[in-house]
Amino acid sequence: MAPTVMERYKILPHTADGKFQAYGRTLEEAFGNAALATASLMWDWSKVEPRVRHFVHVTGIDREQLLVKFLGEVIYLFETKRFLLGKVDGLRIRPEFAGFNLEALLGGDILSERHELYGDVKAVTYHDLKIEECEGFSVQVVVDM
Amino acid sequence: MDLRKIDDNTWEIPKQGEMRVPAVIYSSARLLDDIKRDQTLTQARNVACLPGIERMSYVMPDAHQGYGFPIGGVAAFDLDEGIISPGGVGYDINCGVRLLRTDFTAEDLADKRKELLAEIFKEVPAGVGKGGVTRLSRGVLKDILVKGAEWAVENGYGRSEDLERTEEHGRMKDAAADTVSERALERGLPQLGTLGSGNHFLEIQKVHEIYDEAAARAFGLRAAGQVLVMIHCGSRGLGHQVATDYIEMMENAFGVKGLPDRELVHAPFKSPQGRQYYRSMCAAVNYAFANRQMIAHWVRDVFTRVLGSAKGMDQVYDVCHNVAKVEEHEVSGHSRRLVVHRKGATRSFGPGRPEIPECYRSVGQPVIIPGSMGTASFVLAGTKEAEALSFSSTAHGAGRVMSRHEAVRRFRGEKIRDDLARKGIELKSTSWKGVAEEASEAYKDVDEVVRVSHEVGLGRLVAKVVPIGVMKG
Repeated sequence: MAPTVMERYKILPHTADGKFQAYGRTLEEAFGNAALATASLMWDWSKVEPRVRHFVHVTGIDREQLLVKFLGEVIYLFETKRFLLGKVDGLRIRPEFAGFNLEALLGGDILSERHELYGDVKAVTYHDLKIEECEGFSVQVVVDM
Repeated sequence: MDLRKIDDNTWEIPKQGEMRVPAVIYSSARLLDDIKRDQTLTQARNVACLPGIERMSYVMPDAHQGYGFPIGGVAAFDLDEGIISPGGVGYDINCGVRLLRTDFTAEDLADKRKELLAEIFKEVPAGVGKGGVTRLSRGVLKDILVKGAEWAVENGYGRSEDLERTEEHGRMKDAAADTVSERALERGLPQLGTLGSGNHFLEIQKVHEIYDEAAARAFGLRAAGQVLVMIHCGSRGLGHQVATDYIEMMENAFGVKGLPDRELVHAPFKSPQGRQYYRSMCAAVNYAFANRQMIAHWVRDVFTRVLGSAKGMDQVYDVCHNVAKVEEHEVSGHSRRLVVHRKGATRSFGPGRPEIPECYRSVGQPVIIPGSMGTASFVLAGTKEAEALSFSSTAHGAGRVMSRHEAVRRFRGEKIRDDLARKGIELKSTSWKGVAEEASEAYKDVDEVVRVSHEVGLGRLVAKVVPIGVMKG
């Protein structure tokens, strides 16, 4: 029997901004899906062909800060390089002396007439941010729109 | 939570637990129902626990839940014992509003209204991912961060009189460009002179009703039908990055233990981290001032082109909605300098304050309160009473009550456009989904918000204005 495809993320209602939960069998997978959920508030990542790659490396004093900074990369690359995230590869999280570090290869495309934008995520917040482990991992994030 | 009614428009959370001061909520019973539905009151109580807070943690009538501090939250801190918090300013630093008056009446515009809006839409970049028309070098951007709207005027955007009719003369003097990260600069470079998206808009409006003749006259508002232009936007990605950077910096320096909410992270105002954030925030404030200055200039250009002149297109005022400022206030009978955080709140200095331009000093500062897209907006005047009531602050707008998600599910942008058209309001937008998100039903009743502000004395009603043309990012 083929394994069931796990739901990547769920967009949740939030009065002023954007909120989602992202899931994964591992913390890495949940973080990767959180990046796709962030992108999904701005464009349809599943339609983005990976023509360009960006390597990202971030550190955080704890997992929460690591997640906020990692998702911040999606916004930064979009605003400054017009990069649209389409997939996340090779995401690795490692503990280090003062916290954690994360590396990932982001695949995507440069914004052109081919793409449609429908939202603007401007910042990743700590509000209601949750990282939970229970039959895999679940992360919850609120972003400023 | 213990919430006591003081009078019809005033409620108090008495000092309890770790609160250093009580929290006061200025709201009608009806608006309080909305406020109670989210975490606004808990957030106001959390703010009351911060070191060095003076008098009260204040909540304005349009308040709703924010990050750390509520939106519509006002708190002032002692300069020596107190703190500064990026969460007390918000991510969109100096999100604000500029109002221009004109000598035109809505009738003068009549058949030119469509063209006027279409031309403004062409001239002012707006929407998600839309870059500015100006190619900037890093050096010039740093200059803008230091000089704000002054840079814009020096470079041909607008008039020097605009500066005196802008809070801080369009330039916060403590700004330091070298406190702004490379990342924030990179985000700021392509976006200068753009409206952005979300709740930001530009409206051609007309005066609907004048409540206070003397103040209206001082502000250049003459009679019903007079055409105005309102510009609502902020510091774009640059301001958001400054907030993000300094939240991280303060977390790394002071840790996150003991914070009821990580977005409440703060630094002593006089610590190196506190000073550095303040100087960086001032730089982002200046970016937003320059942004609105440029947009105002392009609007005047379009009026000149389409209507033959920009006659009488003076700036009424430009106010910040998200900012921390060092101001002089009275506490227990003594005049003290405090760092006042206004997050989703407008300064409302009353008559006599030296910070407001001479032409307004006898009536109080113009307070500009935008409604939601396509609904009425209001011009108020700052009051003397607001000093004691709220460190001279009042509301900043309508405040959301419905999620964007829910609004998109319920409304269609094209239908909203047609409905507005029937009411004589032209609408242009880069995104129908964005229009649906900003449906007026998703917001609180701004009429009720300003009524409370007026009755309490936070800001007194001067004029109601209504849109005739709306441009949304």
